[in-house]
Amino acid sequence: MKLVKNAAGRFVPTRINKRDEIPYKGIGKFRPKGNKAKPPIRTCIDYPTDGNKLVSSLEEALKKAGLKDGMTISTHHHLRNGDVLTNQLFDTIKKMGIKNIRWFPSASFPCHQHLIQYLEDGTIHHIEGSMNGPLGKFTTDGKMKGIGVLRSHGGRYQSIQDGEVHIDIAVIAAPTADPFGNATGDQGKSACGLLGFALGDSEYADRVIVVTDNLVPFPCIPWQIQGNNVDFVVQTDSLGDSSKIVSGTTEVTKSPDRLLIAEYVAQFFEDAGILKDGFSFQAGAGGTNLAFALFLKEKMKAKNIKARFIRGGSTKYLVEMLEEGLTDYILDGQTFDLEGVRSMHENANHVNTSPFTSYNYHGKGNFASILDVVVLGATEVDLNFNANVVTHSDGYLLHGIGGWQNCLFSKCTILAIPSFRDRIPVIVDEVTTLCGPGELVDVIVTERGIAINPKRKDLIEAVKNTKLPIKTIKEIYNEVNEICGGIPSKPKVNKNKVVAVVKWVDGTILDSVFQKV
Amino acid sequence: MQKSFAGQKGPKVRSDCYIEIEETNSGGIKIDLKSKVDVMYGSSIKSMLLEMCKYFKIKNANILCEDSGALPFTISARFESAIKRLHPEITDEFLLPMNKNNLYSTVKDKLRRSRLYLPGNEPKFYPNAGLHSPDGIILDLEDSVSPTEKDSAQFLVRNALRSINFYGAERMVRINQLPKGLDDLKFVIPHNVNLILIPKCESTNEVLETVEIVNELKSKNKISNEIIFMPIIESALGVEKAFEIATASENICALAVGLEDYTADIGTQRTAEGTESFYARSQIINAAKAAKIQAIDTVFSDINDMEGLRKSVLEAKQLGFEGKGCIHPRQIKVINEAFLPEKNEIDKAKKIVIAFDDAKSKGLGVVSLGSKMIDAPIVKRAEKTIKLAVENSLLDKNWKSNEIS
Repeated sequence: MKLVKNAAGRFVPTRINKRDEIPYKGIGKFRPKGNKAKPPIRTCIDYPTDGNKLVSSLEEALKKAGLKDGMTISTHHHLRNGDVLTNQLFDTIKKMGIKNIRWFPSASFPCHQHLIQYLEDGTIHHIEGSMNGPLGKFTTDGKMKGIGVLRSHGGRYQSIQDGEVHIDIAVIAAPTADPFGNATGDQGKSACGLLGFALGDSEYADRVIVVTDNLVPFPCIPWQIQGNNVDFVVQTDSLGDSSKIVSGTTEVTKSPDRLLIAEYVAQFFEDAGILKDGFSFQAGAGGTNLAFALFLKEKMKAKNIKARFIRGGSTKYLVEMLEEGLTDYILDGQTFDLEGVRSMHENANHVNTSPFTSYNYHGKGNFASILDVVVLGATEVDLNFNANVVTHSDGYLLHGIGGWQNCLFSKCTILAIPSFRDRIPVIVDEVTTLCGPGELVDVIVTERGIAINPKRKDLIEAVKNTKLPIKTIKEIYNEVNEICGGIPSKPKVNKNKVVAVVKWVDGTILDSVFQKV
Repeated sequence: MQKSFAGQKGPKVRSDCYIEIEETNSGGIKIDLKSKVDVMYGSSIKSMLLEMCKYFKIKNANILCEDSGALPFTISARFESAIKRLHPEITDEFLLPMNKNNLYSTVKDKLRRSRLYLPGNEPKFYPNAGLHSPDGIILDLEDSVSPTEKDSAQFLVRNALRSINFYGAERMVRINQLPKGLDDLKFVIPHNVNLILIPKCESTNEVLETVEIVNELKSKNKISNEIIFMPIIESALGVEKAFEIATASENICALAVGLEDYTADIGTQRTAEGTESFYARSQIINAAKAAKIQAIDTVFSDINDMEGLRKSVLEAKQLGFEGKGCIHPRQIKVINEAFLPEKNEIDKAKKIVIAFDDAKSKGLGVVSLGSKMIDAPIVKRAEKTIKLAVENSLLDKNWKSNEIS
């Protein structure tokens, strides 16, 4: 396989799954050409006059949608690790004798381990989306027939919009829907909040199938997915395990070390001058991020500061901030707990968004760059502030990119990470897989200290005379290697066998994942 | 074949390892390593195990190591423990290099607001403990270690004292109740321990026996650093003997109180109000002050109740305690802040220091403030209050010039 060195110095293939690809050219260096993809024009003449698009089964829907060998099928991760539908979908495809499917999920979870049998027997040719847990190991061991493609949430939307990925059939799990195909995620026994990840699919796919376990008479309000884009509706008993779709509650970390990191992050906001009336921020739903939000909330109350908006995954902690008047809006990209679901349903200022709204890099402006600050995690960060989120230092694919890459464009990007995990250093000399170029990473916050990217002289100046433990990233790196007993060895990989590639937000190829030996 | 093991394994184990060794008659050293960090450190783990076999003259053995991300100090301690369970007659010790950050000493009147207890057999808590800025870290060989693991904990604590950076926290070890605790001393004295806690102390004998062994070990190992002691009073008899204990050695820096055992001893239960222990706490404080040493309060058990902790500390401070035990790092900040001087204390200290400076500059031998005489201990305490206030941003370091102008 032919590999070239891209602008980030990483070796990447130029031809992937029989398609020519462009190596990463640098931040802002690649300008797309051409037009957006155009889905086929449809006419209501071909659809039931009474609006009833119900068909008897998923199999019938797939047949009517014209499923054939080699097609691209898309699914979405609103049901997270409680997703049963996707497994049923591929059981059905297998039964129908269809092969060589490109599976195009917005994310995969350990519950999709069930699909390994179909990756082995040729029902699924390869995955473009994410390869989490067992699927990641399968891929890294070189067992997938095609090359996996990892994209951010925004990158996924961009690929659909630009025609890089053509979706033949989109299968959308809908916690509530009507026979016309209007669908929403904020109601029903499988309520998950919003269905934003499926928006692009519903607009661009040749055929769209909505599957629901809560069919209501027309109209399903609100309609996060518009029935006018839907071809078929299937009713099912259960979309999946609701206890794994959203949590009853999300939990703040109890780890004192993670709490220390969270405290440093909140203090950094204050000392760096980010914390002021009308500011905006994004944080995820991991335990450290929740803790950071709590510390931040205390500071906001103490200083009588209000945010204009908070974006990202919603949890009860953000909902409390909205309801206590600490922010004007929550711009919700993914709903993580039942309080998030309730708030979105009840509060007009809890706004649901989609990857088009918030993450699409090939659009007229970039939501992400409007944000004052974002707090993210990483599996590795290297001495040049390059960061990794998809592999660990043993070389195995373990996580998806999510919205992580898209968030890097904020005015201040903070990675809140432990300096090591058990005996695995998180600050390394070179990342195993590059997901985020170091130019976009501004601050690393660990329990051992805070490193600011040297290019951010403004931040360095702002926190110069504070009590924050500011260090160089090299100092933290040296300290961690001393604790862990030396610089860790690199995983042995077959540099001639690319098993997956990491896309940048503009569709170019940022890095390769090689087969582990 | 003879076989032994040490350490921990299982899905919930982090930063530790389980090592099994079976000595054989032939076949050399065979290592079966199952490690989550095999890619990164597998070679270095095997090298260490082989080096230790050579050191202890083990030529033929099957070794199983199930590693959950243990650091070198842990792997070394576990393997040594497994070997010596097989061969108790071995007296040689496999010592890792002393971390150069660990070569600091202590003084009797050091600030001791917060002392963080770390279970002696749980290595995962060690590497980051000092980052939370406790005044002291207690590696516990006593109640937090199950009886069957006492030997394992000794190696782990020894290795931690050498390898782990505690970032300036006073390096403390709680030994076992005597006489067993005397056996612990040889695992800690040679490795720059600063302070020994003597648990369940009821008489001067415990202090004197401990001091004697410590002095022998200091002499044998040519240690010049001061090693100081903190007896823990945990019984009715201990309370009665508190002053005798406090004055049993000039190297006693503080008396600590342990209220769990005390309440059990007097046949009652601990309450939030602490009525049942008020007498004991007061007696211990009085004894400590009479002996001119610190009094240190017991731990606060509910790690989720930070407001309760704060109240408890303020009450302890009001009674005369100068520090408190911690069982969770998040308690440190609350305790440290609650023991900081309050505004009126700082103001009073400033007046004392200014009056003293003024008197000195006038060549006067007697200093007064209002209607009260100021003597040397009062000035010293005021200076400590000032220092603490400056270090914690409660007072500008140029406060004197600000005050005078």
